[in-house]
Amino acid sequence: MKSCLEIRGLKAAIGGTEILHGLNLSVPKGEVHAIMGKNGSGKSTLAKVMAGHPDYEVTGGDVLLDGNTILGLEPDVRAREGLFLAFQYPSEIPGVTIANFMRAALNARRPEGQEIDAVEYYNELYQKMDLLKIDRSFTSRAVNDGFSGGEKKKNEILQMAMLEPKYAVLDETDSGLDIDALKIVAHGVNSLRGPKMGILVITHYQRLLDYIVPDVVHVMVDGRIVKSGPKELALEMEKKGYDWVENLVAA
Amino acid sequence: MSETNTLEKPDLKIDQDEGNFSYPEDYAFDAGTGLTEKTIDYICEAKEDPDWVREFRKKALKVFKDKPLPTHWASKDLENIHFDDFRYYLSKGAKPKRTWDEVPDDVKRTFERLGIPEKERAFLAGVEAQFDSEAAYSNIKKAVAEQGVIFVGSREGLKDHPEIFRKWFGKVIPTADNKFSALNSAVFSGGSFIYVPKGVKVKHPLQAYFRINAENFGQFERTLIIVDEGAELTYMEGCTAPKFDSVTLHSAVVELVAMKGAKLQYITVQNWSPNVFNLVTKRGLAHEESEIKWIDCNIGSRLTMKYPGVILKGRKARGEVLSIALANSGQHQDTGAKMIHAADETTSNIISKSISIGSGRATYRGLVHIPRHLKGCKNNTECDALLINTESRTDTYPAIVTRGEGNSVQHEASVSKVSAEQIFYMQQRGLTEGQAMSLSVNGFVNDLVRQFPMEYSVELKRLIDLEMEGSVG
Ligand SMILES: Nc1ncnc2c1ncn2[C@@H]1O[C@H](COP(=O)(O)OP(=O)(O)OP(=O)(O)O)[C@@H](O)[C@H]1O
Ligand SMILES: [Mg+2]
Repeated sequence: MKSCLEIRGLKAAIGGTEILHGLNLSVPKGEVHAIMGKNGSGKSTLAKVMAGHPDYEVTGGDVLLDGNTILGLEPDVRAREGLFLAFQYPSEIPGVTIANFMRAALNARRPEGQEIDAVEYYNELYQKMDLLKIDRSFTSRAVNDGFSGGEKKKNEILQMAMLEPKYAVLDETDSGLDIDALKIVAHGVNSLRGPKMGILVITHYQRLLDYIVPDVVHVMVDGRIVKSGPKELALEMEKKGYDWVENLVAA
Repeated sequence: MSETNTLEKPDLKIDQDEGNFSYPEDYAFDAGTGLTEKTIDYICEAKEDPDWVREFRKKALKVFKDKPLPTHWASKDLENIHFDDFRYYLSKGAKPKRTWDEVPDDVKRTFERLGIPEKERAFLAGVEAQFDSEAAYSNIKKAVAEQGVIFVGSREGLKDHPEIFRKWFGKVIPTADNKFSALNSAVFSGGSFIYVPKGVKVKHPLQAYFRINAENFGQFERTLIIVDEGAELTYMEGCTAPKFDSVTLHSAVVELVAMKGAKLQYITVQNWSPNVFNLVTKRGLAHEESEIKWIDCNIGSRLTMKYPGVILKGRKARGEVLSIALANSGQHQDTGAKMIHAADETTSNIISKSISIGSGRATYRGLVHIPRHLKGCKNNTECDALLINTESRTDTYPAIVTRGEGNSVQHEASVSKVSAEQIFYMQQRGLTEGQAMSLSVNGFVNDLVRQFPMEYSVELKRLIDLEMEGSVG
């Protein structure tokens, strides 16, 4: 069995429009991959299709988690199987505190009657919050409710740190972060980085990749991966612009 | 659905309709189908009613037949109630048993499945368990009875304690209050009669449990509670019924009286099956410096119409309604509160939270009345609605009528939504759709539930979880 998040010839549509046109990508455990691509090229679509968003229809291909298909599973089952998505636009959940939300999410991963101990839970939560320099008063605030853009993004990484997924997809987690917050978030992600986790980072900016250094960079154009390479590819992209890749494809 | 998914959700399908079971019928008394004078005579004989009660019932029947349905302001769904198709009295005998061992097996098993004897042992001062028209079991702890507290059914109340019963019966809610109070007055059976003597503070709650077992049946319990000067009581009621294809009717009348300085808390946990029309009239009369608090939680039913009220009759009396209504797809919760200020310096507080899911519909109807001549009265009204998925609707009719200066009224309302996108977000963290909805609903009602007694908030959370699991398509 291969330990990787593998996407094979994935085709997906929304509202009858095909957005992903046969996408191939493989993120082995222990590696960090980055996807760069223009607005509207289908990056978030890919993330949501993997997570099982009900609005998207998969019309071809497969998504495998450590060799097993996850297509057809409910979103929560995929999550418990170890797939995490840091949303580009995280939802606000009024009335549900971060503390209760995370505790419910952790308990959902444990057998009934073996709920996480409260003391153990808060130790864990505070430790992860300290790592991400999130004020402890946030535990009693409703999830993302009234959070600033940057606070929402930090909160996504806090959840990732708490849930310890096998594979994490970070969709533009850098957007909306000031430079200090960017460093803190990158530090958080780097501390989770290791042989047990595969990470796929979606971004527009080379800047993030200075802090979270990827093993492989992929370029996405119009629902396909058109070029993959070492981290230097990101620099080249930034210098030459998307036109350069698009011309490569056309050629 | 995938195999993993099925394995992830073990017994929930069995649990989700926990009240949905019934035992074969075996009744000693059955008034038959339909409602005429003859039905009333049958009920009177079965219950060995005194003559004044027979007269009271017959007058009420006339009022009921003459009054039109309130469809001009309420739901047209009321027109789907065919009064001639119900059975109005079913019992195995009018006298309740004092020990569970004497209760007929099927009835005993029903209440055991609902956990009643267990709760009685754990934290209650007394229990009455009604099965269709009559209480099958009724008992009060010896120590509480020795303080002079009376806790019996309406039948024993009117027979054995007429001096207290007749003084208040039908006085807080007159027969002609509305069509359904008239119906109840005609055919009432069961319910509780409670008297707490001066200065007696009952530590643990008294509980009544109302169970409907039969099909095409109407349950009409009648409750009268009098808490004398300086006394205190908490009363809880729970209700369930099995799910039938046909309509079930539940139409209770509950009258509360708090004498000077008394405190009375009335808590309802209602979990009706979706074929029940639940049309209930509840009102309290609060004398000087007394306090009446309704905690009213409505889960289930096809249509619930219920607006607990307090008449603030004495100076400095206080009335409160804290209510939660959960309208799942296909259900309509039309609930609210009435506060009638009738003395100076009276205060009232209404907090209503409603949740509508799918095609479920929640309506808040309030009435706060403060006449011109009164001074120093206060009302606070808060109505919050939560909509889960887009088809849900909610309506608020606060109707606050204040006249005169020196009285203060405060009103706040809010509507929040849980969208499919929010549910997806929560599912992405590993919560099932049902758990995600439960969490949102519990989060929404949490600040209110914190004010409820512990046992009750646990029960409520459990019911919400079950209801949410059941609402997942
Ligand atoms: N409901 C819909 N119907 C039709 N097209 C849609 C719908 N939703 C999204 N799209 C289109 O899908 C394409 C891909 O969108 P997606 O959000 O995946 O892009 P992205 O690469 O994440 O862009 P960005 O960098 O701006 O976040 C866009 O052209 C978008 O307009
Ligand atoms: Mg995007």
